[in-house]
Amino acid sequence: MNVLLFVEGNDELSAQAATLAHSVGDEVRAVQVGGPYAPAAWAKAIVDAAGNDDIVGPGSDRGNEVLAHVAAQLDLPLAANVIEARGGEVTRIRWGGTLLEEARIHADRRLLTAAPFAFPPAEVPATETLTPQLGDEPVVVEHVSPDTGGKVSLADAKVVVSGGRGVGSAEGFAVLEELAALLDAAVGCSRVVTSAGWRPHTDQVGQTGTKVSPDLYIACGISGATQHIAGCKGAKKLLAINADKEATIFAHADYAVVGDLHEIVPAITAELRKVRE
Amino acid sequence: MRILVCVKRVPITGGRMVLTADAQAIETKHLGFTISPHEECGVEEAVRIVEANGGEVVVLTLGPEEAAEQIRDCMAIGADRGIHLVTSEEWDAQATATAIADAIREEGPFDLIVFGNESADAGNYQVGIRVAYALGLPVVTGLKCLSVDGGRARCEQEVPGGRDVYDVGLPAVVTVKEGLNLPRYPSVPAKLRAKSKPLASKRVERTEPKLEKLRLVVPEGARKQAEILGEGAGAAPRVVAMMQQLGVA
Repeated sequence: MNVLLFVEGNDELSAQAATLAHSVGDEVRAVQVGGPYAPAAWAKAIVDAAGNDDIVGPGSDRGNEVLAHVAAQLDLPLAANVIEARGGEVTRIRWGGTLLEEARIHADRRLLTAAPFAFPPAEVPATETLTPQLGDEPVVVEHVSPDTGGKVSLADAKVVVSGGRGVGSAEGFAVLEELAALLDAAVGCSRVVTSAGWRPHTDQVGQTGTKVSPDLYIACGISGATQHIAGCKGAKKLLAINADKEATIFAHADYAVVGDLHEIVPAITAELRKVRE
Repeated sequence: MRILVCVKRVPITGGRMVLTADAQAIETKHLGFTISPHEECGVEEAVRIVEANGGEVVVLTLGPEEAAEQIRDCMAIGADRGIHLVTSEEWDAQATATAIADAIREEGPFDLIVFGNESADAGNYQVGIRVAYALGLPVVTGLKCLSVDGGRARCEQEVPGGRDVYDVGLPAVVTVKEGLNLPRYPSVPAKLRAKSKPLASKRVERTEPKLEKLRLVVPEGARKQAEILGEGAGAAPRVVAMMQQLGVA
């Protein structure tokens, strides 16, 4: 079986999807779609280019969206966020990756997206650029960029300093902000924090917030609910700082410090300043 | 404006996933239930639009008998009535979308049909899109901002580095994300009023799944053995040494 790989760009998730595509079929053709983003028209272009091939895409927002349009147009099942494909069976993620589902596809073609950070990257074959036929379907008419005030964004940060219920208040984040500034890090938080109004939703890391993949994620006073883990499990390393040594977060951590974050975080900041002198 | 919001009953999982003996579901004996944060924002947004423009908010769910509880919760936020498609097992995305589209044809038309961007549990990322195709409607996903005016919707979709904006004529399907708004806490009188709002239940039969769930698995190696760098402020030098080793200090 041959595979058509939908590539969003030269991005990490598309390279990971290439690994899934190679595991599924003998020959992999890669395509991207030109022009303004119009998911229905993009999907139509991919459907036309695919013939009877299986179709694989990245498990990004756009990858999942375009493949869902493909699936709806072909009336075929779509297995989103797959971590393994074995013939007509797949393992895919649920609950943002904190639970897995083994499923069987009842169709002669497979439509799959690759769960983020489940596969090593592979080289993306030379991509052909498809030209979609735009009709009256929704198309992007404008792009707005938020004013980040020159700060590194949560999604792009190499280090994220994140706080949970244990921070205690909006003001309590000052010590996290100070450490983050020193590390050129972004400040994140758990859902409890945004629900309490201590931080805006744009700072929320989690299944329904931002999914981050920094080199180091520092979880301060975060218990480790599955909602939160789903957002930070892409981190290469996780340091958990928590007063409760039984906290679930420690089961997901590479490094652990037990104790009061209000003492530990300023101590780390001071130590960093000292070693830099 | 007539707005339909589709929601799904899911357990409040906390920190650990425990499965039933047959590995078909999460063990929920000791768990409460809710809907996805995305969907909560969808209900809140629909209620705000109707508060400003007049009309009706209808909440639909496909799920077990107990999912009536989630419809009542949405009514406490301000939804006017409910449609409950009663099932005895979990459905795949295609069957779910077909049943919802059928119900909309019976109960509609609606100016706006709202879904969460993806369900909290299955996360198939496709039911709203499939319903739009079944009804021949435009669809925009992942909304972080929505404004409705003069028969059109301005939809802001979250993308890396900002927002993409779509301008869509109604009727339309939209899928929304948490952060769209801050949902209200229902008042006690609102909870009481919710008990007497109309709720239509109808049993629906599942078709053969095209994506068939075989079993659920708790991921292996989910539990790590963390390297303990110390207790309290005294751990700072080892933390900084670790950061230097990772090349982030």
